[in-house]
This record gives sequence, structure tokens and C-alpha cells, in this order.
Amino acid sequence: MRLDLDALDYAILALYFLTVLGIGFAARRAISNSADFFLSGRSLPAWVTGLAFVSANLGAIEILGMAANGAQYGLMTVHYYWIGAVPAMVFLGIVMMPFYYGSKVRSVPEYLRLRFNRPAHLLNAITFAVAQVLIAGVNLYALALVMQALVGWPLWVSIVVAAFFVLAYITLGGLSSAIYNEVLQFFVILAGLIPITIIGLVKVGGIDGLFDKVRDSKLGDAALHTWTNTAHSGDNPLGASWIGIVFGLGFVLSFGYWTTNFAEVQRALSARNMSAARRTPIIAAYPKLIIPAVTVIPGLVALVTVNGLGGTTGDLQYNNAIPLLMRDLLPNGVLGIAVTGLLAAFMAGMAANVSGFNTVFTYDIWQPYLRPDRDDSYYLRTGRIVTVIGVLIGIGTAFIAAGYSNIMNYIQALFSVFNAPLFATFIIGMFWKRMTAWAGFVSLLSGTIVAVAIYLLYKLGILSFGSDLDESFWGASIAFLTVSVVAVLVTLMTTPKPESELRGLVYGVHPADLTGDAIAGDTAWYRSPVILGAGALALAVMFYLPFL
Amino acid sequence: MADERKAARLFDIRRVIGGLFVVYGLVIGLVGLFDSPEEIAKAQGVRINLWTGIVMLVLGVLFLLWQWWRPLELGHADSPTDDTEPAR
Repeated sequence: MRLDLDALDYAILALYFLTVLGIGFAARRAISNSADFFLSGRSLPAWVTGLAFVSANLGAIEILGMAANGAQYGLMTVHYYWIGAVPAMVFLGIVMMPFYYGSKVRSVPEYLRLRFNRPAHLLNAITFAVAQVLIAGVNLYALALVMQALVGWPLWVSIVVAAFFVLAYITLGGLSSAIYNEVLQFFVILAGLIPITIIGLVKVGGIDGLFDKVRDSKLGDAALHTWTNTAHSGDNPLGASWIGIVFGLGFVLSFGYWTTNFAEVQRALSARNMSAARRTPIIAAYPKLIIPAVTVIPGLVALVTVNGLGGTTGDLQYNNAIPLLMRDLLPNGVLGIAVTGLLAAFMAGMAANVSGFNTVFTYDIWQPYLRPDRDDSYYLRTGRIVTVIGVLIGIGTAFIAAGYSNIMNYIQALFSVFNAPLFATFIIGMFWKRMTAWAGFVSLLSGTIVAVAIYLLYKLGILSFGSDLDESFWGASIAFLTVSVVAVLVTLMTTPKPESELRGLVYGVHPADLTGDAIAGDTAWYRSPVILGAGALALAVMFYLPFL
Repeated sequence: MADERKAARLFDIRRVIGGLFVVYGLVIGLVGLFDSPEEIAKAQGVRINLWTGIVMLVLGVLFLLWQWWRPLELGHADSPTDDTEPAR
């Protein structure tokens, strides 16, 4: 399914790469200490951090995967956005951000150190750091696979070129570079996806034409509903019951990912004040609400226009839905923009992993446990060196994945199971001030072990579930329960921390000042996190109504 | 101060987005003016290069106008504080 790129498309791509490097050099001028490098000096406005927040998640794997889900499961894919993301993003902004931003922690693991103890901190810091470099490698390999299929670049060329640019702009400009590139990438990827969607809809005769054709496709009418037939998991394309969708996807999986994943939360921590930090995930929720229009619709268009879509290998896999439409519908010019957008999305995904990794490694592993009490310039230098090492490990992972392609799926699935127990530990620790330090460590550890064990037993065929998705719902829910039970048991046997050590960390104990650092204009109603958040939730409900 | 302001201006992401989209918009829009019938047919009769070019150009100009209309505040040379309302 080779795309026919011409000189114009390559010029568009080259200009983008130059711009990315330019941002790196420009951002470098603003870096004078480690907080500038790792947290953008806590200086960014909310629209920038908000778009970076949604963009850090809008990697190419996500875009191609959601279009694939659209072609495979139909409109039920919107659950990943409207119930599986928006409520968690609003919750993060309104409820959890005051604890994160107000306690001035520099990372998610650091919160665990203050709230619980060093073992809990180190456990989370190490699993997060390892996960980020391995996932960066997975991103890199996925990018190389797509570029090989689309434009015929050998795998190693894509891996080395993309890694070089990410390495260059993060080492130069740190988190500011990563965030600014994410904001730019957000607009470029949309400039590529919107033309695909429009031409696709013209081809099938508009939305009505598309739905008529989907009814006649192998998915049938079920593909056009989101909640109908969810009483039993076997009755709908997604293979999930409403309980699984609401509690598994909407609560445990989604809250686990959006509220404790430092690669996301870091964007909000770089905001310039409490109001901007709280608005970051909520501003991100608005684009998240409408992104399915440019992923799920192209997926459905591919389903009804590409003959034989849905093979397990070769060009006609569901994952190629968007690349196939690019090939069939886009003329040179817009095609260059779309390829640039995809490449940019891969690089932004990887950059989010790398910038999360270098911060956690430096602030949460190197500084507290290995080389404490050095001056700030030492940690800034460490951050740059660690970035290089992280990217090199990512390249290594990408080459290993190229040798054993199944590894990629395993790595992604394995690390997604770490989120649910982490979220459970956080939410209980934030709202139950009696929860003890050791309860934090032991419950996080046992929840993680249970989640990994269920995943491994499923993969080995000892436990069986309806589908991979079903397994992740159940695995996450059981891990969540394990953490809750263990947290209560251990708390009853150990002594709680005195309230003086929990200030600003736990609900009801000396709450953080929400408006002390406000700037002119922050009191406007359209900058109220609660009003903005309620608006996002209301839109999510409204968007469901035509597709029940 | 002049140096600081220059650094801040360079660091303003609105200028980067605006600049890149203006260039992309002009290039793709111009190419779109001269698209061959086959290319238009491939895009289902939509002059997609022309339209995408126009929309990207407009978006780019809007970003540049926004940046020009609400420049970075002085005294925060390293912090783009653009969506702030003027002090009252």
C-alpha cells in the first residue's frame, strides 16, 4: 500500500522537521535551571498545556488504533472518548489537581513519597521509568513499521531519524520543547485527518450515506449504536456489557490512565498557576470530545469502501484503515500534510514518554537515592544525559521489537495493567487521611502483583475471558479491589501519619489555596474549572443521544 | 531588555504555529489552484488542496494576529502569558 509521495510532500515533511529543531533551539534560550528543563519553569498558559495534554495522548498508535476500532466495532468506539476519557479528565482537573499542583510536587511518584513513604515512592518511580523507555521504543518501532509500509523507508532509517529529532529537541529545550511540539503537532495532525474525513464522507454520500452502507456491511446495524444491546457482553460488537463499560472502562481503566500517568499529569504541572493547572485537563477534554469525528468516521468509511478490510496480516488489517484512505483519496500536497501529521504524532508520543522518563529518573531516583544534595546545574546536566540514555534504550527496544514483533503488544498491554492499582492507591490515600504509609506501599505492591498475575495467567491460557478488552476490564477491577482491601487491613495494623505531615496532600487537611496565585482574568466564569468541566460532561452526554 | 523580549518573542508558540501554517497554506493552496483533473477526481471531485490550503492559511494568519494583538507581557520574558486580560 505504498503511497506515491512526490517532491512537494517531502518538502512539507522537511519543513516540519526543521521547525521542530527550531523550537528546540528557541526553547533552549529560556532554560537556566532544572525546573525550566523538567517543568517549563511552571510558566505556561492553560491553552498551551491543555492542547499538550490532549496531544500527549494523541499519538499515532492511538489514532490508527481508534480508526481500526471504528472499522472493527463501529460507533461503540466512542466509549473510549466520551465515557472512557472525558469524566476522568474533568475529575483530574477539579478534584485531584489541587493536591498535585498545590503540594508543589514535581512528579506523580513524588506525591507518593510525601503522602506515604520512600518504598512506595521508589516502587512507582522505577516501574514508571522502565515503562516509559520501553513504551518509547514501542512507539519508535510502530513509527518505523508505518513508514516502511507507506513510503518504503527501511526500518532502521525511520528509527534512527525519528529518535535523533526527538533526542535533539528534548535535550535542547526540555519539557518546553516537548510541549510546544505537541501543540504544533495537534494542529498538523488535524490538518491531515480532516481532509481524509471530508473526502471520505463525500465518497460515501455524507453521514446518511455512510450509515446506510454500514448497515449493509458485515457489522450491520449494531455498529450504529453505543448502548443498545449492552445488557450482556456477547450481544454487541465490542463484546462488553454496560457494567464493563461504565465501571471497567469508564472508571477503573480510564481514571487509572488519565489521573496518575505522569506523562499526562506533567503537562498540567508545568502550568503557570493553580487555575491554569486545573483547567489543563478540562480544556483538553473538549478536543477529546470531537476527535472521534476524525478517527471513528474514517474507520467506518474504510470499512465500507476498502474491499476485504479486516485481514489478520498484510495490507488489509484494520490498523491500516487511515493509511489506506490516505492512499486512495489524498492528492499530493494534502498527502504530505497527512504523512507529516502521522510522523509528528509518533514523535510527540515518544517525546511525552522521554520527557516523563527524564524527570522521574532525575527527580525521583537519581536525586533522592543516589546523588543527593548537589547543586541545581548538576541535576540539569543529569536530565540532559538521562534523555540521551533514555532515547538509546528506546532505540534498543525498537530493534528488539523488530526482531520479535509480538513483544510490542505485550509491552503495551503489560504496562497498562500498572495503572489501575496505582489509581486505587492514590484515590484512597487522597480521601482517607487515616491510610498509613505502609498501607500505601503494601497495597500498591499487592495490587500490581495481582494485576500482572491475572494478565500472565490469561496469556498462558489458565484464566479465560471473553476478549482482551474483557480481560483488561476484569484485571483492572480485581486489582482495584485488592488495593482497597489490603489498604484497609494494613491501615488497621499500623499507625497513621500525623496530620501535620499531610497538609495539602489529603482531602480535608489544610486544603490548598485555589485562588492565591490567580492572575487578572482568572475569575471570569469561562475560566472556572467547575463550569468548564460541567460543560464537557454535558456535551459528552448530549453527543451520546443520537447514537444510543 | 531588548534581548529578553526578542527571546520571549521567539519562544512564543503562536508565532511558530502561525508561521508554519501560513507557509503550508500558501504552498498547498497554490498547488491546489493548478491541480490536474485526475488529482481532483482522486479526491472525489473536491478541490481538497485548494480548500485545505485556504483553511490553513486563515488559521495561520489568525495565530499571527492573536500574537500581535495580545503580545507577551513584559517582565515575564520567559513565560508566554498571552491569554491574560490586560491589567485593570
